[in-house]
Amino acid sequence: MTPSSAYGPALRAGPTSWRLRPRPALTALVLLAAAVLLTGLGMRLGDIPMSLAEVARAVVGDGPDHLVVMELRLPRALTGVLVGAALALAGAITQAVARNPLASPDILGVTPGASVCVVAAIVATSSAAGGAGGTLASVGIPLLALLGGGVGALAVYALAWRGGLDGYRLVLVGIGVSVVFTNVKYWLLTVGDVNDSGRAMVWITGSLNGRGWEHVVPVAVALAVLVPATLVGTRSLGALRFGEETLTGLGVRPDLTRSLMILAAVLLAALATAAAGPITFVALAAPQIALRLAGAAQPPLVVSALTGAVLTGAADLVARTAFSPVELPVGVVTAVLGAPYLIYLLVRARRKARS
Amino acid sequence: MSTATITARTPSPRRGSTVLRARRSLVVSGLLALLLVAVLLSLAVGAKPVPPGDVWHALTGATGTENDIVVRSLRVPRTAVGVMAGIALGVAGALMQGHTRNPLADPGLLGVTQGAAFTMALAIMTLGVTGLYGYIWFGLAGALAASAGVFALGMVGGPGGPTPLTLALAGTAVSAFLYALTSALVLLDQQAMDVFRFWQTGSIAGRGAETVVQVLPFVAVGLLLALVNAPGLNALALGEDVARSLGQNVALTRAVGVCAITLLTGAAVAACGSLAFVGLMVPHLARPLSGPDHRWLLPYSGMIGAAALLLADVAGRVVARPGELEAGVVLALLGAPFFVALVRRRKPVRL
Repeated sequence: MTPSSAYGPALRAGPTSWRLRPRPALTALVLLAAAVLLTGLGMRLGDIPMSLAEVARAVVGDGPDHLVVMELRLPRALTGVLVGAALALAGAITQAVARNPLASPDILGVTPGASVCVVAAIVATSSAAGGAGGTLASVGIPLLALLGGGVGALAVYALAWRGGLDGYRLVLVGIGVSVVFTNVKYWLLTVGDVNDSGRAMVWITGSLNGRGWEHVVPVAVALAVLVPATLVGTRSLGALRFGEETLTGLGVRPDLTRSLMILAAVLLAALATAAAGPITFVALAAPQIALRLAGAAQPPLVVSALTGAVLTGAADLVARTAFSPVELPVGVVTAVLGAPYLIYLLVRARRKARS
Repeated sequence: MSTATITARTPSPRRGSTVLRARRSLVVSGLLALLLVAVLLSLAVGAKPVPPGDVWHALTGATGTENDIVVRSLRVPRTAVGVMAGIALGVAGALMQGHTRNPLADPGLLGVTQGAAFTMALAIMTLGVTGLYGYIWFGLAGALAASAGVFALGMVGGPGGPTPLTLALAGTAVSAFLYALTSALVLLDQQAMDVFRFWQTGSIAGRGAETVVQVLPFVAVGLLLALVNAPGLNALALGEDVARSLGQNVALTRAVGVCAITLLTGAAVAACGSLAFVGLMVPHLARPLSGPDHRWLLPYSGMIGAAALLLADVAGRVVARPGELEAGVVLALLGAPFFVALVRRRKPVRL
């Protein structure tokens, strides 16, 4: 947390330069290693338990387990890690744009919009009426989530735009829009059969059960494109915490920066939600945890994404083993793991500030 | 009243203060009239419409006619619960946003709503508690415990009370933790799920006189504490250091505020379900009318909250005949667009 640790050597390439800060870089490396380890540990679980070495052999080799690991276990583990990273990155961007540590993609209308669409679909195609299963459910629900997320985000953006995009107005409009979606969702949950409400609750909480490559690919592509894109915009994003006049003085176009950054956050959150549901708490907590781990002034993007990946990966591991054979939705565990850790970091920071 | 006002603005000369006073009395009478209309509508409108004359008859000298019974045993308690919950949530919301200085802070932020939800789900599952009156107490206990826990966490490791940011983040973390436990419970137990999903929508339907009696003491004490807290909160709005140099006991002011928020929100949420978003939106509507002075913001928020909740409840009785739509849904569908329109129309009043 000391300022001196935040300054390091500068890397220059042509007109751009980055400062290499040792502490965030080290944090990122540790988190990356943890994410890889958690992916491997997650792949051990299943009908046939395997050791880490067996998992590694099955991935590279051509043994009998190759198919199981590559078609079932790897995609599921990857979905968890990537979705966690995408949600956390979306949360970090939102918190920087809104200049508010309580902001999350909920404020952008993405997750509430997706939730209300999916819950409506689950209740409407109730199990009593035959229900939608198989391909319809596995393709339809992600598409609906994407559609709902897009509509929600568009509503928030259009309503918040008024001759410019003010971070404060965005937050207030976001509250209004998400209140509508959230309460309609609650109401939909009371309309249908209890069983359908239960299935809808699992989706709302966020679940990785039965996720395959078709869930991995969109999120992976989004991350591959948007992580570099947002990193280019980091300087402008960092400047957003200053006032309007300072921004103009720094040569940052605030409306353009905010709009592009929000677009990135919306895409990340919408694709992640489509793949695994709006996994609770990751988008809000991971940036705040990352900020304290890296000793930064505002959520660092890469460290936030890696924190989200580790949090979700670890939560899925616990969700599958804690009450085995009953498997909890991963979203139940993310908060159970993340909340105490965030509180610990808060308390520790205050202890340090006092001494 | 306005002579001792601690506001960031310099007090204007006499003409300004007369204008201000005239404006305030206009706003107060306007809000009171709105609340009165909402109460009357709530007494008269419903599955069985009661003409205004009969409402008056039932209130002043009931003789046991059918309309008398409807008004006195159903509508009056329901309206009273609505007024109490609306005032409580409006005031608690304004207090919470004042203390955290965050426009995203809803009165359930300290874990109150999720604490209530968790203990209620637990009571249904383990003790087989059924019926509204049984679990109100559990809800209240959970709300108080969660809020006390958050405040204690905020206190750990620092003198002078928790900062707004630690309070808000600790509250969000505890809320998320409790919500996760609740969803695990209701996913495992279908009966708990069935109660929980209705509680979650938020409604004041079917609340009897018993609920009023259960909730009233908590709301009364909470409002008293809120009133006491208002001047201190005005000083805190100038920043903790300035407040301290003005002779404020910052830790005490925060503690009183948290007590008030907890009592008000806990009572409202235990009786009516998760309606905390009322307290999130209402202060933003009241602030342009009241300005930054909490001694005016708190009562304005209370009146707007009560009127909004009652009007939403009345609308819910009309739109879905012969059934009813829960007040929480109506409030979200009607109130939130109104809120967005207001936010768009004027430059938002910042905290």
